Amino acid sequence: MIISILLLIPLIGAIILMVLPREKEKLVKWFAFEIALINFIISIPLYTNFQAGGGYQFVEKIAWIPSLNISYHVGIDGLSLFLVLLTTFLSAIGILSSWSAITEQLKEYYALMLFLETAMLGVFVSLDLFLFYLFWEASLIPMALLIGRWGGKQRIYAATKFIIYTMAGSAPMLVAALVAYSWGGQTSDLPTLVSVLPTIQDPLWLALQPWLFFAFILAFAVKVPLFPLHTWLPSAHVEAPTAGSIILAGVLLKLGTYSMMRFAIPLFPAAVAGWTPLLVTLSVIGILYGALVAVVQDDVKKLVAYSSVAHMGFIVLGIFSGGQIGMSAAVIQMVNHGLSTGMLFFLVGVLYEQRHTRLFSEYGGIWLKVPIFGAFFILAAFSSVGLPGLNGFVGEFLILLGTFSINPTAAAFATFGIVLAAWYLLTAVRKVLFGPFNPANNQLVDMNGRELVIALSLIVLCFVIGLFPNLLFEKINPATADLASMVTTATSIAEH
Amino acid sequence: MPIEFPDLNLISVSPFLFLLAAVVVIMLLDIFLTDKSVLGYVSVCGLLGTTMPCLVLLMEPEAPAFQTMLISDGYAVVFYLIFLITAVLSVLIALSYLDDRNMQEGEYYILLMLSTMGMMLMAGATDLIVVFLGLEIMSIALYILAAFNRQQISSGEAGLKYFLLGAFASAFFLYGVALIYGATGSTNLYEIGAWFQIDPTTNQKDPIALVGLALLLIGFSFKVAAVPFQWWTPDVYQGAPTSATAFMSVGAKAAGFASLVRLLTESFDGVFAQDWQLMIALLAIVTMTGGNIAALAQRDVKRMLAYSSIAHAGYLLVGVVAIPYSPTAAVNGILFYLMSYTFMNIGAFAVVAVLEKREQIGSSIEEYVGLSTRQPLLALAMLFFMFSLTGIPPFIGFWGKWYLFWAAVEAGFSWLAVLGMLNSAISAFYYLGIVVQMYMRTPDEVDTADLTPIKLGAPITVAIAVTGLTTILFGLWPTPLVNLTALGIFG
Repeated sequence: MIISILLLIPLIGAIILMVLPREKEKLVKWFAFEIALINFIISIPLYTNFQAGGGYQFVEKIAWIPSLNISYHVGIDGLSLFLVLLTTFLSAIGILSSWSAITEQLKEYYALMLFLETAMLGVFVSLDLFLFYLFWEASLIPMALLIGRWGGKQRIYAATKFIIYTMAGSAPMLVAALVAYSWGGQTSDLPTLVSVLPTIQDPLWLALQPWLFFAFILAFAVKVPLFPLHTWLPSAHVEAPTAGSIILAGVLLKLGTYSMMRFAIPLFPAAVAGWTPLLVTLSVIGILYGALVAVVQDDVKKLVAYSSVAHMGFIVLGIFSGGQIGMSAAVIQMVNHGLSTGMLFFLVGVLYEQRHTRLFSEYGGIWLKVPIFGAFFILAAFSSVGLPGLNGFVGEFLILLGTFSINPTAAAFATFGIVLAAWYLLTAVRKVLFGPFNPANNQLVDMNGRELVIALSLIVLCFVIGLFPNLLFEKINPATADLASMVTTATSIAEH
Repeated sequence: MPIEFPDLNLISVSPFLFLLAAVVVIMLLDIFLTDKSVLGYVSVCGLLGTTMPCLVLLMEPEAPAFQTMLISDGYAVVFYLIFLITAVLSVLIALSYLDDRNMQEGEYYILLMLSTMGMMLMAGATDLIVVFLGLEIMSIALYILAAFNRQQISSGEAGLKYFLLGAFASAFFLYGVALIYGATGSTNLYEIGAWFQIDPTTNQKDPIALVGLALLLIGFSFKVAAVPFQWWTPDVYQGAPTSATAFMSVGAKAAGFASLVRLLTESFDGVFAQDWQLMIALLAIVTMTGGNIAALAQRDVKRMLAYSSIAHAGYLLVGVVAIPYSPTAAVNGILFYLMSYTFMNIGAFAVVAVLEKREQIGSSIEEYVGLSTRQPLLALAMLFFMFSLTGIPPFIGFWGKWYLFWAAVEAGFSWLAVLGMLNSAISAFYYLGIVVQMYMRTPDEVDTADLTPIKLGAPITVAIAVTGLTTILFGLWPTPLVNLTALGIFG
């Protein structure tokens, strides 16, 4: 029941929000935040009651379209547990962070945030191919509207590009899903398909498999975004309102990497080995390219956006590193990236709200003016860079470790990405916080209580993950071990 | 020798009799009543009443009646329901639309209902002559409906254009019927099908029959607005009163497909299928792509919807291609798609009808700027229709595409399904364009927009509410519609 409740609360909350009186802005804000907060609190038992290695848990299965064998089948395992928690957490953070930034059409804005939460959670909990597709595509609509309605100057271009890119990427996936549905005996139930599809020995199926895998990966790679499909991301990020960026970077991009592990790999495990070289190469290029482009940005938000391309490259590298360590680290890195990038976007938003600019040249030396902000900004940058003791280190280090044992060349190149990350993030810190004081910032005010709550809750989690990664790994590892062995078995069968 | 009374299975034609009775009642009332909008409400009652015998027939489908001229099997009855829903929604739109323009006439409703009857006849016909009869009853009424706005010269142009090109198409169709009769010796669908089975190797290569089939396909392609027989569509759709456009965009298309699918399954099945399969696959590709690309360039929403309706005919043709190899999935898919298309497309035209300026035909995309702040519910409904037409879940249009493309995949036409999906992505561009205007642009960026909220009449509000709710609710829970269309099997 708990998962359905998680999906329903934001949905119902959004509908109630639509009928609240428009003038009562405070009520609208509080209501939206409380809904998201309640949802987060309800999601916590998922963690405490989760049995490591227990397979799919909190499962619900209800016939949805019985004659077509499509069911409402939801549940979570080690792969999705933390992403569900991340979603409920960041949704609450995102809503809280927009209280002062959003000044018009509050009802619609918060309703869309809540709709988006339902759609994203739906992707993470779906265990049915078409239920998943429904949530996957449905998540486009609120995000596009958030960017397009409350975004910056180029918002319409960014929103259109976002939706067209993602739709075009997902188009072949639906057909591939239909092919899998047909071959799997007209069922879209994921556990059934995962057990049936890899056993099919029909030569036509074996020939099809790589292309089906490709169609799935294409859809997911656009979302990640994997180089060279990343061009929608910077414009979407730059134009999106702060909360939109937090959700976009924090959760939405993870839909892609998560779905690779949940759908593409287990459905077509034999095809993984064939595509691994390409995917690893692209993710390494993404790591280096994203980092190099981030180095030369003069806009803070753009810098963070390109750093996302690099960090997401690490996650894809981990997924296709070919071993369990890399996969576990990829899952944890998804959470890490959500927290640290979410925090960076939030902090950029704090500045932007006051100065309405994000250019480095407009800032400088503001640490003395806003010391609390400065401290958080430095911590967020450290977390993103991967400083030991903070969360980013755990993920990236283990991804490199996992990759190194199997593909040392890729790992070596990717390591440069970390160096570059230190370069561009510390440069950003220097340009914003240090150096000669820019008098334009004289009116700058430090963070208020609400902003402090947001930043603190984010940074605490960064430390927790950084210091006690086993709290997560013990729940993630069994799931990734299954996934890794699935690939190994399928690969060895295919070779014989 | 006793005179044998012909078998007049009245039950299987009961929907026609109901509808005809309603038409006669309206004709009589038209003489006495001065307030013509009452006739609209009466016709809504008549159309809804006609669903009763349809539902009865759905439970107990009938065998062919009238010397196998007509059959009210599950397939036909589901189509009857589609036409009746189309007609009810269009009448609701017309009630408000014609009122606003002082065009309220009894003939409008009479013609609309007769046209509906023609469509139903096409769905039930099992004889090419009856198909032709239905086609003409439907079309002639539509020609007049298209030209109904006498104050507008473009409406007259629409009617004339539709009539001239429609007459050409009818001629093609009739020529095809004649050639097939010449080759097979029958106009009955079952007998034609049987003739091909007698001596498959020679009969299925019979050139006269093949040419006949090609001519029939041209006739149907014209009616469903498939490329390259689509030239009339944009002008007619734009020029006709919007309430009539809504009706013909769904009804005529559905009727064309109803008859085409029956013809292909009953008469031209088997080995023969490969001949027309490729032909229709090509037709599907050019229709989808042509319609979508032309729609991209439109600045007028009504015209854009006209081109998009061409693209939708293309998606449906993908389903037709799948018929020989996966008949159940394909036929159910086509039925489901048309059912969903009925709701979303008529809904979209209803919104266009609301926003259309009184003195002009069609509405520029600028009219939609900032609609979400002026009239949030109307904008929300239009958002539903646009995303549904794109085929994005959780709207009903997604399941329509799902069904059609699944049929194509089952039939081994995955590449056609991929092309169809890519076309959906193209179509996202222009459907999204409307959403952009409504939700993302603010009125101060445009100075031509009229900012006073438009008052909606009660009937059109009902139409938009019903279509909007079905679009989202059946999108979330398509099971009832899936089960209904699963009843659409050949008798």
